[in-house]
Amino acid sequence: MSWSSLIPATSFMPIQATEIAKEVDLLYAFLIIASLVSFVILIGGMTWFLIKFKRTSLDQKSAYITHNNFAEFLWSFIPLIIMMGIFYWGMVIFEKLRTPPEDIAAEIHVTAEQWAWTYRYANGKEFYSSANDPMIVPAGKATKLILTSKDVIHSFYVPAFRTKQDAVPGKLTQLWFEPKQPGEYIVFCTEYCGTKHSGMMIKIKAVPSEEYAAWYHAEKKGEDSPADLGKTLFAQKACASCHSVDGSRIVGPTMKGLFGSGRKFADGSQSKADENYLRESILVSSAKIVEGYPPAMPVFQGQLSDEDVANLIEYIKSIK
Amino acid sequence: MSSAHTKTEHGHSTDHNYLNHGSGIWSWMTTLDHKRIGLMYFATVSTLFLIGGFFALGIRLHLAKFGATPLLEPDTYNKFMTFHGAIMVFMVIIPGIPAFLGNFILPIQLGAKDVAFPRLNLGSYYIFIAGAAIAASSMIFNQVDTGWTFYTPYSTAKTSNGVILLVLGAFTMGFSSILTGLNFIVTTHKLRAPGMTMDRIPLMIWALYSTSIIQILATPILAITLLLIGAEKTLGVGIFDPDLGGDPVLFQHFFWFYSHPAVYIMILPAMGVISELITAFSKKTIFGYRAIAYSSVAIAAVSFLVWGHHMFVSGQSTLAGIIFSIITMFVGVPTAIKLFNWISTMYRGTVTFEAPMLFALGFMFLFTIGGLTGVFLASTGMDVHFHDTYFVVAHFHYVMVGGTLMALMGGIFYWFPKMFGRMTSDLGGRISWVLIFTGFNVTFFPQFILGAMGMPRRYFDYLPEYTNLNQISTVGSWLIGLGFVVALITMIHGILKGEKAPDNPWGAKTLEWQTSSPPPHENFINTPTVTAGPYDFR
Ligand code: HEM
Ligand SMILES: [Cu+2]
Repeated sequence: MSWSSLIPATSFMPIQATEIAKEVDLLYAFLIIASLVSFVILIGGMTWFLIKFKRTSLDQKSAYITHNNFAEFLWSFIPLIIMMGIFYWGMVIFEKLRTPPEDIAAEIHVTAEQWAWTYRYANGKEFYSSANDPMIVPAGKATKLILTSKDVIHSFYVPAFRTKQDAVPGKLTQLWFEPKQPGEYIVFCTEYCGTKHSGMMIKIKAVPSEEYAAWYHAEKKGEDSPADLGKTLFAQKACASCHSVDGSRIVGPTMKGLFGSGRKFADGSQSKADENYLRESILVSSAKIVEGYPPAMPVFQGQLSDEDVANLIEYIKSIK
Repeated sequence: MSSAHTKTEHGHSTDHNYLNHGSGIWSWMTTLDHKRIGLMYFATVSTLFLIGGFFALGIRLHLAKFGATPLLEPDTYNKFMTFHGAIMVFMVIIPGIPAFLGNFILPIQLGAKDVAFPRLNLGSYYIFIAGAAIAASSMIFNQVDTGWTFYTPYSTAKTSNGVILLVLGAFTMGFSSILTGLNFIVTTHKLRAPGMTMDRIPLMIWALYSTSIIQILATPILAITLLLIGAEKTLGVGIFDPDLGGDPVLFQHFFWFYSHPAVYIMILPAMGVISELITAFSKKTIFGYRAIAYSSVAIAAVSFLVWGHHMFVSGQSTLAGIIFSIITMFVGVPTAIKLFNWISTMYRGTVTFEAPMLFALGFMFLFTIGGLTGVFLASTGMDVHFHDTYFVVAHFHYVMVGGTLMALMGGIFYWFPKMFGRMTSDLGGRISWVLIFTGFNVTFFPQFILGAMGMPRRYFDYLPEYTNLNQISTVGSWLIGLGFVVALITMIHGILKGEKAPDNPWGAKTLEWQTSSPPPHENFINTPTVTAGPYDFR
């Protein structure tokens, strides 16, 4: 039990299903206390003045006070310090929420649409969400979601994990979590998306990791894994004529070890090759040209579906 | 001005004033008098407020889930929610104080005969009416269900063409806003009475002045954004739609680049009103005049740099989120400064509690809660949980309604004697205050808890565990509604049967109280000369 459980308001929060949820709630408890104290100072002080300086007779005179530099400095400076602290504390948590750990046990492509979610696992297992088909993830291990949307913006919100992330069409975003215990957790869509916005509820079911492994390797729903499909596409679209998969340099950069490596671009900027970068490079390669290579790659925008792109990315990831 | 003007021994002008200077509908519709234009905005905004309120009660009644069948269909619910938000934001809270109270008060407080461009002022009113009419036509012909934020690609690709009408309406009203702002800025610079230096203008004017700057700079961004939505929807240009190579998140950047500053268009004028009310009813010079005046300008400036705090989970980079978070914290400081200044103004004053002051105190209470919860949201790690939940709904109702609407009501009761030459019943004002203030807390406080529990906003339906709090909230909304009915009756009664108002019923110091109630057509019989600061209660 920590001091924060003394704050009744924290009991309104959903269960703390992750370590980060605990940290968020600690900040929440602090914010509640800080707000209560500020509220009492401000409104309590005001009420006290109101009672004490209530006008009682007509000829009463008010004091003539125009300002007080010292007081004014104090009440600008102290809130500033406190708010910088709150900013910093929030930032530390935010970075944890946003930075997936290195060892990811399950990686799931999640596609939102009006008004459902589909999730595809790395081995091709694929589900169209429904109340009976929860998203299965291992408990005690990290899961990473790669989110996108087919139509409008949706948002993947798991109150018990204190995390959410928008699923944006034409873009890949990511989210990770590590449920501590097996259990079922509710997922809401929190970006308004039309008629059945509030009906887009699904569940995440965290199961012990052996059970997860058994489930994962049991009969597959899809034909081939996304990486296999990606490999076929890679051949069909003649990607190999410019990109090697064994590290050798031809017209374009090799795919070997590409995922997660640092990239330097002709315009001097840099970034890490994550899913979104790969997606952009496949669809509109001219957006960022890797230093030392010609801007020769055709535009695949409009020729590849979101699913194709996701499969290609999985294939590229597999070329270590 | 008519030469028939005489003065009685009490300093009242006899019976000639701006209300009876010319009669008949036509004399109102073509008037160039800022006071009459102000009242026309009053009538218009009140009507729109009633319509917006109707939708609000519908939403709340539906969410109470009394009975087995839902009150509204999902699509109807979404439309109610959209109209409620769009009407309240674009047609009530934004124009409410500047266009109505500002128009009435600003020239008189400056000792001017009118605003700098009276014709433009009337034109702005008709542009506003045209915009409201265009927007309203979307309610009739082709209803919209996007929410007031019009996020793409939902608004451009997945909903009815009514969006075009609604954004066109908002676009048109934007022009009205820009022109009014321009008018106020020029008036403040050019038409001040002799002796009224910039550090002697009332704080209401400082607030309107800062607001005008935001209006002029930010509204064009909204206009362009709305035009782009229209273009995207009609011509398929592909700026926001990913299917056409656009970026949907770009829209959010544009939208909040206007709409964050816009929340200060809503609150700065309210802060101006509060500054006036608190000195007047404490009978004491405002504490820290300069701090309040300059913090308005500071807020106006910084408000342009924080728009990204609405997008912490939109997929913008973590670094961007962190930068927007820290800048947002900086806006909190001038806000805190103002609260401290107002409270210090009460210190060693002689305070009375007529209806306008009660509304000012209600403002202090509610705005403090709204501001503090803003800090929760500004903290990135915390906001990820709260974003797009009822916590945000509660936050912005506390600041916008608890703040702006309380100030507007306080301002109406305060300046009512000046506007109509009659007093309102103080008892009526106080009863409406009790109902609105109580009802407000009953309605919106539970929503903080609902948000913490995880209930997302804009939900037609919800989990069973959210039911009780939603029902409490609905009961509160009826108290608020009742409070406004009492306020309306009190005002109508005041106009028809109220006691005759003296020139300066509250013993306030600013210039509008130095002329008769109601003022003559050109505000003052003799242009006043100013020799001291605005709140010289010595
Ligand atoms: C001064 C009066 C204020 C007004 C009128 C106001 C208004 C609003 C509105 C309308 C929204 C919601 C927009 C939407 O999504 O529909 C909002 C959200 C927000 N406000 Fe305020 N606000 C005020 C003060 C503050 C303060 C002082 C802070 C921080 C110190 C703050 C921080 C935020 C944040 C971070 C959000 C985004 C929350 C989210 O969507 O996750 N606000 N505010
Ligand atoms: Cu904002």
